[in-house]
Amino acid sequence: MIKIEKLHKSYPIGKDSLHVLKGLDLHIKEGEFVSIMGASGSGKSTLLNIVGLLDTHDEGNYFLNGQKIEELDEKKAAILRNKFLGFVFQSFNLITYKDALENVALPLYYQGMGRKERQKIALQYLDKVGLKDRANHLPNELSGGEKQRVAVARALATNPKVVLADEPTGALDSKTSDSVMKLLTDINREGMTVFVITHEEEIAAQTDRIVRLKDGVIISDERVNKTVNV
Amino acid sequence: MFDLDRWREIFQRLRKNKMGTALSGFTVSFAILLFTLLFGVGNGLKHTFEEQFAGDANNSVYIRTGRTTKPYKGLQSGRRIQLRNEDSKFMNENFEDKIQFFSPNIERNMQAIYKGEQNRYTVRGVYPDYQPLESAEIENGRFLSYLDIENKAKVIAIGRLVEEDLFGGRNALGKNINLEGLSYKVIGVFNDPGGDNDERFIYAPFTTLQGIYKPNDEVDYIGLTFNPELSVDQALAFTNLLTKQLKEKFSIDPRDQAALRVQNYAEGTKNVEQFMGVLNIIILFIGIGTMIAGIICISNIMVYLVKERTKELGIRKALGATPKSIVGMILMESIFITAVAGYIGLLVGVFTLNAIGPGLEDYFILNPSVETYVVVGATVVLVIAGTIAGYIPAKRAARIKPIVALNDE
Repeated sequence: MIKIEKLHKSYPIGKDSLHVLKGLDLHIKEGEFVSIMGASGSGKSTLLNIVGLLDTHDEGNYFLNGQKIEELDEKKAAILRNKFLGFVFQSFNLITYKDALENVALPLYYQGMGRKERQKIALQYLDKVGLKDRANHLPNELSGGEKQRVAVARALATNPKVVLADEPTGALDSKTSDSVMKLLTDINREGMTVFVITHEEEIAAQTDRIVRLKDGVIISDERVNKTVNV
Repeated sequence: MFDLDRWREIFQRLRKNKMGTALSGFTVSFAILLFTLLFGVGNGLKHTFEEQFAGDANNSVYIRTGRTTKPYKGLQSGRRIQLRNEDSKFMNENFEDKIQFFSPNIERNMQAIYKGEQNRYTVRGVYPDYQPLESAEIENGRFLSYLDIENKAKVIAIGRLVEEDLFGGRNALGKNINLEGLSYKVIGVFNDPGGDNDERFIYAPFTTLQGIYKPNDEVDYIGLTFNPELSVDQALAFTNLLTKQLKEKFSIDPRDQAALRVQNYAEGTKNVEQFMGVLNIIILFIGIGTMIAGIICISNIMVYLVKERTKELGIRKALGATPKSIVGMILMESIFITAVAGYIGLLVGVFTLNAIGPGLEDYFILNPSVETYVVVGATVVLVIAGTIAGYIPAKRAARIKPIVALNDE
């Protein structure tokens, strides 16, 4: 599903440049539940941004769903993101003036789907994350855990190939963290490829495969859970 | 092209961001309002001037005579110069292509009586050509005709205020007025933009009055308008030549200013026109200044509004919004706000002008108003400016990498 070969990325800092990713090789198959572990500065967010087509890489190859990603303009990237990827962010990133239902329906709007239909689908996904009764609440009327579940529903709405979660529990307490992780696990069990970035061992431990990143290189790649459904 | 979903997005956004909507809307409304008011007041000033000089045709020339003040060619000073019918003929023959309307005049102050009412009025014996000279407009009936001149008819055209004085608002047409013992039939009532004085005149056929009061072909003064195709300088050259020839004819010292005066309004007209030109430029400056201020304000607000939304735009991009759809959304919002707000400002401005207009006449501002195309044009300019002002930051926002936008707090 995601195949990375000798990926390099550096950021210019003044005259120098900071080499963040130093030749990563990673292959994630369809249906995997993978976590990327690493301290801050290890390059894990950069990796997610590149995988999520939010940023471009300098060298190496990146294949998403078998398609080589190169020379993407903004428009192509936007269409690919919409079609293949669902995002869950640490800070939820819900649109504050839209209620839960509208937030979930937004990626469908960018697919050009009609209003009635996208609201119907959005409601189904809200139901799936257990927030059907909260459909018409604004984000600031929801708890942190609820916001993140809305974000998960939004990530799922377009039925993407991969769900990318960047520190999905970073802003949550341990109890709600568990419920969000449970939700991501359930989604994975239904066949979705889930790609989590975290620095917390407990979170990583709930996934099937842990990839450890340090200073821009992969230092370990291990399968933890036995029930890997590849 | 009409995309209901997109409009829904925009209305939702405008409703939720009342502050931003109100701010930018108010700026545009206010700019258009100010523009309308300033322009209207400027136009009001212009109208006042136009009216002040509307009394007479502005290409009119008057020729009057007096007594000589200098001896000349053996003739003594203090000699009375008298215009006669032959002078009219002389002028008409010599300057046929320069003269548009021409009328010799006889002016007498006379007692007018109708039934119980009486008053003194200036009665002028004139030719039909005199009507355009004085800019008199017939309200009722007709002005004098050449037939009246030929027949020396005892008919008169009276000013609107004469009718009011003597007839108390009833119709004077066809009634007979007694002027110093002779009865004249009223054939017309006129009004005159020149004001009350000009509306208290009575016009009678020139030949009628001359026959009665001027036994020797005498003429009191002569009024004419020059061919409007003449430029101001050509007109002045014409009257200079006319003066020279008449002075020669009457054997007047060329330097004698009192014996024969040729009054040409062209000079005054030139000044007035220059003044109006300056006034126009001032009004234009005010208008452009207001517009520029409005454009700067709306640009700033647009930059701010887009900046404020950087994160939201980042989210939208992460969810699959193309740069085009981002730019389109922001543009539609800004066009919508500026168009609606501009229209409101326009309505309020026009309404205000209408409401306060009559009260401003004391301040030399007459009928302050703005031509529709001017305000609509100004609104369109602001809408276009708002569009450009929205487009630049929108384009920039659409280009930002979503990851940068998402990290924007």
